[in-house]
Amino acid sequence: MNALARLLRKLTVLFRRQSFDQDLQEEMTFHQEQAAKEFEAGGIAPEADVDESETLFPRSNLSRDDYEDWKRLNSTLSSLDVYGGTGFLLRTGSLSEPVPAGRVSDGFFRTLGVEPILGRDFRPGEDRPGQPKVAILSYGTWMKRFGGRRDLIGQSISLTGEAYTVVGVLPRSFAFAPRASAELWVPLLDKTGCEKRRSCHNLDGVGRLRNGVTVEAASADMKTIAAQLALQYPGSNKGQSASVLQLSEIVVGKLRPTVVTLLAGAGLLLLIACVNVASLVLLRAESRRRETAVRGALGATPSRLVRQFVTEGLLLASLGCAAGVVLAVVMMSLLARLVPKPMAQGMPFLAVVGLNRHTALFAAGSTLMAAVLLAAAPALRLAFKEIRDGLTDGSKGAASRFWRRLGANLVVVELTVAVVLLAGAGLLAKSFYRLLHVETGIDTSHLATVYIMAPETVYEKPEQQVALYRQVLEKVSALPGVKSAGITSVLPLLCNCDTDWIRIPGKPFHGEHNEVLERDVSPQYLSTLKAKLLRGRMLTEADDANHPQVVILNESMARKYFPGEDPLGKMIGDGDLTPKSMRQVVGVIEDVREGALDDQAWPVEYFSIYHGPDSYFEVAVRTTQNENALLPVLVKTLRDIDPNLGVYGANTMNELMSASRGSLLHRFSTWLVSGFATLALVLGVVGLYGVVTYSVSQRTREIGVRMALGAQRGAIQWLVLKEAGWLTGMGMIAGLACSIATAHLMRSLLFNVHAWDFSTLVAVAAVLGFSALLASLIPARRASSVNPVKALSAE
Amino acid sequence: MPGTLDMLILKTLTRAPLHGYGIAQSIKRVSDDVLTVEEGSLYPALQRLLLQGWVKAEWKKTETNRRARYYTLTAAGRKQLGTEISNFQKMIAAIGQVLEDAQEAV
Repeated sequence: MNALARLLRKLTVLFRRQSFDQDLQEEMTFHQEQAAKEFEAGGIAPEADVDESETLFPRSNLSRDDYEDWKRLNSTLSSLDVYGGTGFLLRTGSLSEPVPAGRVSDGFFRTLGVEPILGRDFRPGEDRPGQPKVAILSYGTWMKRFGGRRDLIGQSISLTGEAYTVVGVLPRSFAFAPRASAELWVPLLDKTGCEKRRSCHNLDGVGRLRNGVTVEAASADMKTIAAQLALQYPGSNKGQSASVLQLSEIVVGKLRPTVVTLLAGAGLLLLIACVNVASLVLLRAESRRRETAVRGALGATPSRLVRQFVTEGLLLASLGCAAGVVLAVVMMSLLARLVPKPMAQGMPFLAVVGLNRHTALFAAGSTLMAAVLLAAAPALRLAFKEIRDGLTDGSKGAASRFWRRLGANLVVVELTVAVVLLAGAGLLAKSFYRLLHVETGIDTSHLATVYIMAPETVYEKPEQQVALYRQVLEKVSALPGVKSAGITSVLPLLCNCDTDWIRIPGKPFHGEHNEVLERDVSPQYLSTLKAKLLRGRMLTEADDANHPQVVILNESMARKYFPGEDPLGKMIGDGDLTPKSMRQVVGVIEDVREGALDDQAWPVEYFSIYHGPDSYFEVAVRTTQNENALLPVLVKTLRDIDPNLGVYGANTMNELMSASRGSLLHRFSTWLVSGFATLALVLGVVGLYGVVTYSVSQRTREIGVRMALGAQRGAIQWLVLKEAGWLTGMGMIAGLACSIATAHLMRSLLFNVHAWDFSTLVAVAAVLGFSALLASLIPARRASSVNPVKALSAE
Repeated sequence: MPGTLDMLILKTLTRAPLHGYGIAQSIKRVSDDVLTVEEGSLYPALQRLLLQGWVKAEWKKTETNRRARYYTLTAAGRKQLGTEISNFQKMIAAIGQVLEDAQEAV
């Protein structure tokens, strides 16, 4: 029976094949539609930046061991991956070139939702220690260095002397801002140097939230895990918590205040321009009262008249918008070119800045708003009963005074906005000046710098590295004009990075992280920078591997860890005071700013680089001549020592300083806001001039009467100046009040400048007062030259 | 594992009649996103189950008034599910034994 039933069913299927296929087709379509609907409703889950956190660094790097635990234990992320920076010497032909690269876990690109356009992604498990060495290239590198050859996939390239197989090429549009300069990507593979320790924080996490999970929930989840790990591994994880943020926050978060300030400035400028044109349109409407009245009398309906104004407003606004768009296109390409390349790499969104759907929509929107404003002014002014009154000219009714007052009020608004923009520009300029004049503790002029990466395969042992240092210093010092040269692990003014945890024997210690910056430097380095020695001695050539280790502190470190004591002769060690880590303090120098200009000054310890050499190092050269001219010679000299050396980033210290992110952001916002402020001042003052002139023209009769009655010219001028002064004063007071408020809002952009900076506000008031006086002197003179006879007989 | 998809589908249908998409979603949800069933294996499996007579299919309207094919478990299907579950448990037990044995050997 059962078999029979089955046979029957099979036969039905055979005969009704077509209908079966149709059913299946419809079913699959339904399935896909449902899936698509759900996907849209759920949205694509946002990417999150996942990192560790402690008091000093709210967002610090993630250690590899912690990452593996987090990945295993979390329940809020659908995937968690890590990335870190690294660099290789890429051998192309006979030249070794340093290329920045990224080191990532296997699922990094899947988490970001990126698929290679050529070849394949890293396979799961391909990041484990001992796996074969593979690499994925960025599109730019593939095109630039390998001519876009498709057969490159599967071939091997030489990275710092080791063969890596190219397995994929990323899409052209892929840019990962936190590691924007990476030319190629390799899996994590073996635990490098410090990764064997859990306390080695050298990676950053990026994860994708599960559907419906908020960033806060993920943050709470990670913090719970971090707290568990802190209990489990107190030695390395005490005080380590977690930080989860939207990835976009990491990319644009720092820029947001600047962008918002600039947008607000541009908006204010647009407001002034609209107010200005609106009052011009109003004035014209005033003089067209007769025309309007005649049109009305000839049978134009009110709606026909309003349409007339709307058409005119639209025309004005569209012409303005069109001119603005043309100017904007030119300006945008100019501005984008001003951003230095290394910085632009970190801002992939700059590439899409320009005319696109969004900006076109925005421009259309603002045009429409401006048109409405321009049309509304005269249309509202068209009090319809006036159509009749308008025919009888010369009637200076109450309405006319109202509109004159409105014009005056609008000018107060313009002046207020101009003051706000001027004050903003002044504060930014002042803070930019302060930033560039931060006490760096070094003499930045006549200082050339360069980075060197030596192939580890050749310079493997410490003795070889030290020999290379000596050779570099000897050759560079022999160059004409060079006074001295020094080597460091990290040049000053770059970052508060590369830290060390210290402990001082004999002082209470409860496992806290006494975090200080560590710099490994050659004996001549600090004197090359012209750092000032306060106590003790500098490092000498004798501080090498054959002698006990010593350390030089900066003043901040001496003050923080040896308050009220003489640090000379004291010992400093690591958290466990291991004998190998013990160093004696031999000198104290005045603070050299190691971090960026707008960063906090940190405690710093300087070790002799002979005790901890590395194949990567940075060189500073003091010259008596032009340091720019030295750069090419310097690079050539270093390449001559060994063509396998990666020599790059040759730059002058002054250039390093002015090209830093903080100073560039400051410079751009200062320029732009100053530009806005200048335009605003011109528009505001022209507006004032217009209002006062109009007022004088309306009061010609009154002035004539006054003069006929014996008023002096001076008194008439005073009359006009008083009106202008009144308007200016109101604008100034309102503007100063508003600018203190706005400055408070943009205080995160200000460096060492208070929002209520008195001198800036006084300067702004003076500039505005002077310009306003100039603008009102012309109509005042004209008023005082009114001929009373003519004025009285005019009507 | 071969054969387990049929079992999962049958088990899912014990609660209520569902359309194919609903079955896939239900399996995904109940397994905490561990098991995802692709269309490419789900619909052939459903066809197979239909042929065996373990499920019935009929076209009905969904809540959103869209035509969808709903599958219902038949009595034969319920019986089949029982057999498959017991087979599966036997297999799991067997694998467990092999693994334990292997560990002792290590």
